Amino acid sequence: MTLEIVKPGLATSVQDLGRPGYFHLGIPEGGAMDRYALRAANLLVGNPEDAACLEAVFMGPEIRIGADCILAVTGGEMPIKLDGEPQATWESFAAKAGQVLSFGFLTGGARIYIAVSGGVATEPDLGSRSTYPIGALGGVEGRPVQPGDVLPIGAPNGAKPGWSVPEELRRGPGSPAELRVLPGLYWDRLTEASQAAFFDDTWTVASEADRMGYRFKGGRAMEFVDREQPFGAGSDPSNIVDGCYSYGSIQVPGGTEPIVLHRDAVSGGGYFTLGAVISADMDLIGQLQPNMPVRFVKVDMSEALLARTERRQMLAQLRQSLAA
Amino acid sequence: MKTRYTYGGDEHVYVEMDEEMSLDAFFKSLSMSEAVKAANIPGVREICPANASFQVRFDPDVTAPDDMMEQIKQLESQAEKAEKRLTTRIIEVPVYYQDPWTHETLMRFRERHQDPSGSDLDYAARINGYDNAEAFIEAHHSQPWFVSMVGFVSGLPFLYQLVERDKQLQVPKYLRPRTDTPKQTVGYGGCFSCIYSVRGAGGYQMFGITPMTIYDPRQETSYLKDFMVFFRPGDIVKWKPIDRAEYDRILKEVEAGTWAPRIAEVEFDLDAFNADMDGTNAKLMEALNDA
Repeated sequence: MTLEIVKPGLATSVQDLGRPGYFHLGIPEGGAMDRYALRAANLLVGNPEDAACLEAVFMGPEIRIGADCILAVTGGEMPIKLDGEPQATWESFAAKAGQVLSFGFLTGGARIYIAVSGGVATEPDLGSRSTYPIGALGGVEGRPVQPGDVLPIGAPNGAKPGWSVPEELRRGPGSPAELRVLPGLYWDRLTEASQAAFFDDTWTVASEADRMGYRFKGGRAMEFVDREQPFGAGSDPSNIVDGCYSYGSIQVPGGTEPIVLHRDAVSGGGYFTLGAVISADMDLIGQLQPNMPVRFVKVDMSEALLARTERRQMLAQLRQSLAA
Repeated sequence: MKTRYTYGGDEHVYVEMDEEMSLDAFFKSLSMSEAVKAANIPGVREICPANASFQVRFDPDVTAPDDMMEQIKQLESQAEKAEKRLTTRIIEVPVYYQDPWTHETLMRFRERHQDPSGSDLDYAARINGYDNAEAFIEAHHSQPWFVSMVGFVSGLPFLYQLVERDKQLQVPKYLRPRTDTPKQTVGYGGCFSCIYSVRGAGGYQMFGITPMTIYDPRQETSYLKDFMVFFRPGDIVKWKPIDRAEYDRILKEVEAGTWAPRIAEVEFDLDAFNADMDGTNAKLMEALNDA
């Protein structure tokens, strides 16, 4: 069984749940930007939750199906067509050998996850099939898919068409999207007025928004607490001695446009970070499009942990509803 | 030095040894991150040491954030008492300074530089009080360097020179980052040198290029069969200036699988170094003679 890429879309890549363990060497965890959507897509086609899928951003690919199989598409809202026939999102459906899967224009979210029963079975690197182009790891020769690529697919597993994720267990970003942030790291570099402004202002997603990080614009420029810059930090008040970056951490080079680091994060650098988006909201960022309005909402650790528990409960419900 | 503990979201504890860079801060960060690794605290997922700080990624469902931070804090006094001694390796890294490829690149991005009239090396020499690029290059390679952090992307080493603070070379980063840097460029920003492991964006000044592959995801390079990333925090590097002919020769040998860097095992003792920097460095570099 194979999938043949006829048209690749914009930047369609093989992703699973990533390769943790190498961030100390500058190799990020990577994996699906919207992990919940990837897990759901896999469960719909009877795969283990961490199987590899195709992640497509803004524009869907065109794919020729090599053998009869079960497919499911989750995440953003994009019309699905199988030989031109519409199919439902967040629901499994059967495809026959030779049929062509294609997509209409994106109507909501930013990324879709295409799962196939058996899972994409390209060669893993460092324990994961996730594509990390900077380090040439995973995917097809370490890059996003191209026309003519033939992706191997694992053995079929008895999945059935018509399985569906209930409406209340599908998650999108809302508008304006709200991203909860735990202040920390170098938060104290900002003046009180700038600390307040960060949460008061409405930001919009800038065009530089990819798997490494999302940039935001439109809020007030930030001011820093006066200090003599420490030795080795660099002269700009937003500079620090190069340190590690947390996943989800928010850096603001020059104090102007915040950047939230995501799955393919650089592991360190010389810009101050004001805190991090909480783990429960990382998936939502993967569904943000440029120009969408976004508010950052201040939370404390107990709220962050509560949100994390809620995400875990939602995942448990998803598993239960698809276990039948 | 004043240690600062903070959270990076709900999954990271971030520990800053000091705001400013120093070998003391680096040693403490390395020794504390080793202590955290050895402590096997449940829920610890990754430990990333950096120049003067380190970060622990953990699963807060296994160990609650407050507990995690407390357990890490308790390791601090142990790390302070640890001997500031390291068994490590010194590696001779060939560098072709003022090479044509970084020169072509720096000319292409000249409008993003502080001083568009000269090269990155001319600028670095001038602001550090050297008469010319050659004298600056001499200062860059005559004394060894510590790999104080590996990261940013794909096995990129940050290096800090083993000299007194007043002899540290310092240069700012580009005004705006470049969108291109040749693979294996030897760069400089703040008080750190680096080697760009892969081609890509970058903001450090560009001084030269090494023919030595330091990241190989296919692991075809003779000395990267065990792991795709060459450098580790704590490695010591001695730059060796080479000319075009030697660059071409080494590059060909790396590709043929017949070249390997000169490496020697060495002991580094921070107190001994602070007491006699020139003597300690001379001994480190001598070890390479037998390699």
